[in-house]
Amino acid sequence: MLTKLYDWIDERLDITPLWRDIADHEVPEHVNPAHHFSAFVYCFGGLTFFVVVIQILSGMFLMMYYVPDVERAWESVYYLQNQVAYGQIVRGMHHWGASIVIVMMFLHTLRVFFQGAYKKPRELNWIVGVLIFFVMLGLGLTGYLLPWDMKAVFATKVTLEIAQSTPLIGDLLKTLLAGDEHIIGAQTLTRFFAIHVFFLPAALLVLIGLHFLMIRKQGISGPL
Amino acid sequence: MIIASIDYFDYDENVLLTKTGGIGLEKQDKQQVTRRQFLVYTLMGVGGFMLSSITLPNLRFAADPVLQPKEGSDLINTNLKVDELTNEPKKVEFSFKQKDGWYEKETTQFAWVYKDENGEIIAHSPVCKHLGCNVEWNSSENHPNMYFCPCHKGLYYKDGENVPNTPPRAPLDRYDYEIRDGYLYLSTRAKEVKG
Ligand code: HEM
Ligand code: FES
Repeated sequence: MLTKLYDWIDERLDITPLWRDIADHEVPEHVNPAHHFSAFVYCFGGLTFFVVVIQILSGMFLMMYYVPDVERAWESVYYLQNQVAYGQIVRGMHHWGASIVIVMMFLHTLRVFFQGAYKKPRELNWIVGVLIFFVMLGLGLTGYLLPWDMKAVFATKVTLEIAQSTPLIGDLLKTLLAGDEHIIGAQTLTRFFAIHVFFLPAALLVLIGLHFLMIRKQGISGPL
Repeated sequence: MIIASIDYFDYDENVLLTKTGGIGLEKQDKQQVTRRQFLVYTLMGVGGFMLSSITLPNLRFAADPVLQPKEGSDLINTNLKVDELTNEPKKVEFSFKQKDGWYEKETTQFAWVYKDENGEIIAHSPVCKHLGCNVEWNSSENHPNMYFCPCHKGLYYKDGENVPNTPPRAPLDRYDYEIRDGYLYLSTRAKEVKG
């Protein structure tokens, strides 16, 4: 049945070369943990991506209940966690995933660093990787404010003060992030929300796309 | 003139190439804009216009908080008689409606207020200049007659000057004040003391 459907579509659109080109390639022996167990270090990049997918999915579902408003944000998070079925699980996924993704990214970076996999011709992919790292930190930072509890507000206060200590443009940068010169309030929350759920995920997807494109083009680095 | 066979027409040079060699349609200055250049410039112009009319409004929209005129700081009645002030810092609360974009809310702030030797009123903001916790007067047993910040043990002298070798790097901010009918009025925003 499914084969028939596939053939029907393939006959019209010739999709086989499309996915073959992306997915159909050998995994070299030196990166296959089935051959050398120590090759598990090659998994961290894929695991990072896996957690990113979890974050995006659970984040989309959290948005069904979450409200980015100073009077209702906390209530909405409380409600979605305690009243909605599986709320603990969905919020838990997003909450713990946010930390795990940083750990995975860090381990992946360590592997690339200690194997020297960033060397020519893969310098550009290291640079894209560093940009991904910053975007990911930005996601963690902006997401942390959204529950709008004491911890969130004070953490953001510190963050904004760090931004403000930038030479020359500090004050500007802080106001731009917070939406007000003095207050961490309604406008800060909506800004962080927009950045967290639209701007940074969009940037992240573009960068991850580039990352994978380059890996596909250059292949994985050879054995040590 | 009839040309029997044309090999190609060179847009950039505006020249017809024939088997017998090139014929300039009109002898042209190199400076003159060719059709191709004209089209490229037009497309770039229109494209640039479209792109900027999409992006510029959005950027201005996002940058609005930075470009808003700075709001003056209102003076708020603390309901405290100036006569009641001594040279011991006193915690003075005052409330006002704070506007945060579309959101207005009654907020309460406090100040540490005292009269110095010259009878001058000093109103310190309690916000620690290290990372923004609230300082308290005389709250640490080991450091009497100082402002103490519980977060990282920051210390300030009575005049707001930060004690060297504690985390804060600047003296406490000060509120502007005014006396009306014997009552103390404080500004909503504190000002930095230039050290
Ligand atoms: C790698 C990607 C992401 C990271 C690292 C991340 C991180 C975070 C963090 C740390 C929080 C605070 C959670 C808590 O304190 O329990 C949060 C909350 C939130 N995030 Fe994300 N996030 C990511 C992607 C997304 C995406 C793609 C969306 C939406 C499409 C999203 C929507 C939300 C929402 C609605 C909240 C508030 C609900 C809550 O606090 O539980 N996130 N995020
Ligand atoms: S915030 Fe006051 S000492 Fe750190």
